[in-house]
Amino acid sequence: MLIKKPHEIPPSEITPRHIWERRRDFLKVSAAGLGLAATAAFTGTGLARASATGIIEHIQPSPYSTDEPLTSLEDITSYNNFYELGTDKSDPKANAKFLRPRPWTLKVDGECAAPGEIGVEDILALYTQEERIYRLRCVEAWAMVVPWVGFPLGDLLKRFEPTANAKYVAFETLFDPEQMPGQRRKVLEWPYREGLRMDEAMHPLTILSTGLYGELLPNQNGAPLRLVVPWKYGFKSIKSIVRISFTETEPHATWNRMQPNEYGFYANVNPEVNHPRWSQRSHRMIGDGWLAKKHPTLLFNGYADQVAHLYAGMDLNRFF
Amino acid sequence: MSSGQDRTRLLKPLLFALCLLPLLLLVGRGIIGSLGPNPVEVLTHETGNWALRLLLLTLAVTPVRRLTGQVLILRFRRMLGLFAFFYAALHLLIYLWLDQFWGWSEIAEDVLRRPYILVGWLAFVLMMPLAITSTQSWMRRLGRRWKQLHRIVYAIAILAVLHVLWLVKADLMEPAIYALILALLLAMRVPWAWLSMRMRRLGSVARER
Ligand code: HEM
Repeated sequence: MLIKKPHEIPPSEITPRHIWERRRDFLKVSAAGLGLAATAAFTGTGLARASATGIIEHIQPSPYSTDEPLTSLEDITSYNNFYELGTDKSDPKANAKFLRPRPWTLKVDGECAAPGEIGVEDILALYTQEERIYRLRCVEAWAMVVPWVGFPLGDLLKRFEPTANAKYVAFETLFDPEQMPGQRRKVLEWPYREGLRMDEAMHPLTILSTGLYGELLPNQNGAPLRLVVPWKYGFKSIKSIVRISFTETEPHATWNRMQPNEYGFYANVNPEVNHPRWSQRSHRMIGDGWLAKKHPTLLFNGYADQVAHLYAGMDLNRFF
Repeated sequence: MSSGQDRTRLLKPLLFALCLLPLLLLVGRGIIGSLGPNPVEVLTHETGNWALRLLLLTLAVTPVRRLTGQVLILRFRRMLGLFAFFYAALHLLIYLWLDQFWGWSEIAEDVLRRPYILVGWLAFVLMMPLAITSTQSWMRRLGRRWKQLHRIVYAIAILAVLHVLWLVKADLMEPAIYALILALLLAMRVPWAWLSMRMRRLGSVARER
């Protein structure tokens, strides 16, 4: 094995500070006598699992992470577009208490040889959880940097053996007005639906997220399982997923169907394609403060090197 | 009459303070840092909302006077209208400064490309002559035409409601409430306008005889 000098280790390979700080706190708590949590901490051998306190264990760093400064946990969890929990940015946090993320089963069906169901606990145990620090760009011209915890969506999809007919992947959020009071009014067409092309879904940057800041996902961020596609506008990253289907034709996507001239199916971040109501050339970074200048928006949200080839030869102005 | 004047002397500063309260609250929240993760958005929305609310309150004065016969409230109309303009000016200032950072080419592009911005500008530009001519001396100078000029307020209110209807992404509830209130306030004027037209016509017929 090659021994690297300290300065050659990329920052992404070092356990992020906030995680080891939390682990240290966690061990202190365990030592103080929280037997249950302590068991959880020491039984796993490379397998991720969540302790009783919501901390996800054995999170691996990822080379795909950015080293940009993180948006604070407070901001990430109190400024959300999650209409199922209310249309104001502050509503999802206030209504988070209604959502019950356990027990939770994900159903996978459509064009695949092995359709089935899988529980969230099994997902956490079966797939190595990685920390993926990604830029998140909302279609409303604001952005965050979020330390997601999750794993490549492709790894899960393979398990259900998609057939040659599987050209797209469709996603569906839970529909239950009891748990999601925003669904009592027909602001959007419920349940929320989204879709990806198969190659986008299998791309290593595309993850299913189970947590952020080292802990299980807060309800307002789409617990217990959400999509994260960092080169697309945030609305593609559907939350609280209960169903994934392989399809042969382009799946129904909620915002796209509602206002096709404003929200494309692809919704790739693109500073040259303006939303009819906002310029997409720049964005406000949440947490920067009010006098801070906006940041220039980059094609594919700065992930062009990794994903541009997916769209080679496509007219991005037409397929926006 | 003198007791009415006493009362307005007391109530006017009170109303002034009340109208200033939303701004003071915003400044206070700004100072203690409780404007949330996106303070500029909160400032834009709050100033815009108060401009529209005060505009609708201004338009409510006449119907309320007619329904209640309470003429005193007429004396508050100018203050309400000027505060509507004040909050609209703040709203615009925040947009130009904290949202666009005086980037005039982007600002021009916004006007040309986005109907809701165009309509907002129209509403604001139309508010300016009304604010300028709101003084006693302008009232005297313009005489009858003052009243005609200030009928523009109806157009301003319609444009402002259009502005909000057009900027909403999906949830039309709030703009729909504003639109409903405005429709009500305008509709309440119809019977009186009709009556006064009838009276005038009757008057002229009588004179002809
Ligand atoms: C001078 C030109 C104006 C410009 C450039 C302007 C711009 C804006 C912008 C950028 C927003 C936020 C849009 C968003 O969040 O997506 C907004 C919202 C709003 N504006 Fe204006 N505006 C103008 C005039 C006005 C006027 C004259 C009024 C009312 C009398 C008004 C009332 C509102 C209201 C009520 C909102 C919505 C607040 C909310 O959603 O809570 N605006 N305006």
